[in-house]
Amino acid sequence: MSILVYIEHTNGKVKKNVLEAASYAVAYADKMNTTVFGVAIGNVNDNEIDKLGNVGVTRVLKVAGHDYLNHQKVAAIIASLSSDQEVNSFVFAGSSEGKGAGPRLAVKIDAGIISEVVDIPSSSKPIKIKKKAFSGKGFANIELANEKNVIIISTNSFGVHEKIVDLAIEEVSSSGNDDSLTHKLFDRDTEGISLPDAELVVSAGRGLKGAENWGIIEDLALTLGAATACSKPVSDIGWRGHHEHVGQTGIAISPNLYIAIGISGAIQHLAGVSSSKTIVVINTDSEAPFFKAADYGIIGDAFEVVPKLTAALKASKD
Amino acid sequence: MNILVCISSVPDTTTKINFTDNNTSLNAAGVQYIINPNDEFGLTKALQLKESNPGSKVTIIHVGPATNDPVIRKSLAIGADAAVRINTEALDALQVSGEIANYVNSNPYDLIITGKESIDYNGAIVPHALGEMLGIPSVSPCLGLNINGQEANLIGSVDGGKEEFTVLLPVVVGGQKGMVEESELRIPNMRGIMQARSKPLLVLDAIGCKKAQTVVNYDSPAPKEACKMVDSNNVEELVKLLQNEAKVI
Repeated sequence: MSILVYIEHTNGKVKKNVLEAASYAVAYADKMNTTVFGVAIGNVNDNEIDKLGNVGVTRVLKVAGHDYLNHQKVAAIIASLSSDQEVNSFVFAGSSEGKGAGPRLAVKIDAGIISEVVDIPSSSKPIKIKKKAFSGKGFANIELANEKNVIIISTNSFGVHEKIVDLAIEEVSSSGNDDSLTHKLFDRDTEGISLPDAELVVSAGRGLKGAENWGIIEDLALTLGAATACSKPVSDIGWRGHHEHVGQTGIAISPNLYIAIGISGAIQHLAGVSSSKTIVVINTDSEAPFFKAADYGIIGDAFEVVPKLTAALKASKD
Repeated sequence: MNILVCISSVPDTTTKINFTDNNTSLNAAGVQYIINPNDEFGLTKALQLKESNPGSKVTIIHVGPATNDPVIRKSLAIGADAAVRINTEALDALQVSGEIANYVNSNPYDLIITGKESIDYNGAIVPHALGEMLGIPSVSPCLGLNINGQEANLIGSVDGGKEEFTVLLPVVVGGQKGMVEESELRIPNMRGIMQARSKPLLVLDAIGCKKAQTVVNYDSPAPKEACKMVDSNNVEELVKLLQNEAKVI
C-alpha cells in the first residue's frame, strides 16, 4: 500500500502548495512505514519535478501529452493510472484543481474523501484526521470509514518540510481521459502572486474611502512581495474585484502574515483570515474588534501609517 | 429549462462557534440557520435564468430533517417553484451527493446548481462528487453562467484567475458570489411568503447512502495572545517585530 501525491503544475511550474501536499504525503508515509510516489501530467519540466526531491519524494510518474488539463481530466487520468497500483491515499493540494479533481476521483474509485485537512492522521485504525470547519472558526476531528481515501490539504496549514532525497522520474502513459468540458480560454495571472497560496497578504477595507486610494496598498504589497486582498464591503461596492474578497463568503486564507488596513474585523471577515500565522491590524478606531484577533496593532490613519510602513520596509532591505 | 438547486441549512455567518457535550456538537443555542450563502447566490442565478427563459421551472432539493423546512420555505418565497426534501440527517458530502444523485437519476434536470461549498464544513466536495455520480461535467466555483439552447457557457474560478468552458447540458455548477452580485439577492416579500405556503414540498425517504466521514469531536482555535500595540510614529518598531519576533518577513 502506498501514497500517491498529485504534482499539479501551473504553466509548467510546481507551486508551494504542491510541495506542501508532497510534504504531507511524505510525513504520512513515514508514520505508516509505506512509500510515496508523485504523479505529474502534461507539460511540466523535469527541473520543476526535481523540486519534489527536496521534500522527500523519491519517485514521480510523468504522464506525457495532455497540453491542456482540467480537474475532470486529472481525475480520469489518475483513476486509470492508479488502477493497477496498490494506493490507499491520494493527496491533493487545496488548489482549485485539487478541490475539483479530488471529489471526482473519490467517486470514480469508490474511495472516501476529506478536504481542508490540516494534519496527518493521529491514528490509523480507524483513520482519524483533523480538518478545518466552520470557515476557520473551529476544527473537526474526523474518523474515516474507508481505507482508501482522497485527502485534500488546507493550503498553508501543514507547511513545506525540507528532506533532500534522490528522485527518479519515470515516463508512463495512461489511457484515462475526460473530454466533456470544452476549454475556451484562460484569463490567469501566472506571474503574479495568487491569493489562496500567498505567504504574505496586504488587505484593506472601507477605511480606504475609495478605489482611487489603493495605490498605498499596492505599494506596500509590492515592497513586501505580498498579494492584495480586500474586505467584503469593498468588493460589494466594486472598489476591488470579487477575487480579492477574503472572508467567510469569499476566499479563506492562511498566510504567514496578514496585514489588515482599515478593516474593522467583523466575525465573517475574521472567519476567513483568523488562521493566518501573524496578523497586523492598522485602524483609526482603537475599539475595532480586529485588534482582539491581532498579534500587532497600530492605531492610526492608514493614509499616514501605510506610506511610512512602506518606507520603513524599503529602508530595512537596503 | 428544468433547474434543480441544492441548498443546505447552515449557521448564520455572524454565529460565534462554540461546542458542547464534551466538544462533540455545535452549541446550537441562539444559532440562526440560513440558506448556505453560496447556495443562495446559485439560487438567485437560477431564478434569473427562469425569468429570461419562459417556461422554465426551479426546484429546490434539500437533504435534511423537517426542522430545516424554514430554509426551503424561504427559497420558495423568493421564487422557486417546488421543493423536494430527502428526509434524513445530512451526514457528509458523499452521502448527500449520493441521495441527490439518486433523485436526479429518476428525475432528470437540464441544470443542477449547488454552492461551491457550505460555510459550516467547507468541504467543496458535493458539486464535483455529484457531477461524477451522474456522469456529467461539474464546474465549481463558478463565477459566471450563461445558457444558449442546449449549451452552457461557464466561467470557472482557478487559482490566480478564471477559465471559460463550454459544455453540453446537463451540468453541475457550484455557485458563489460573483455568479450574481450581493445586491441581486432577493428578500422574501409578504406575497412570496404567502405563495410559498401552497407551493409543493415533496418529502422522500432516503435510500441510505453511505458516508465516509464521522465527526468524533471539535476543537476551537487556540486563543490569541494580547495584541502588541506599536506607536503610529514608530513603524520601524513593527518592521523589527515582524523580522525578529514573528519572523515572517
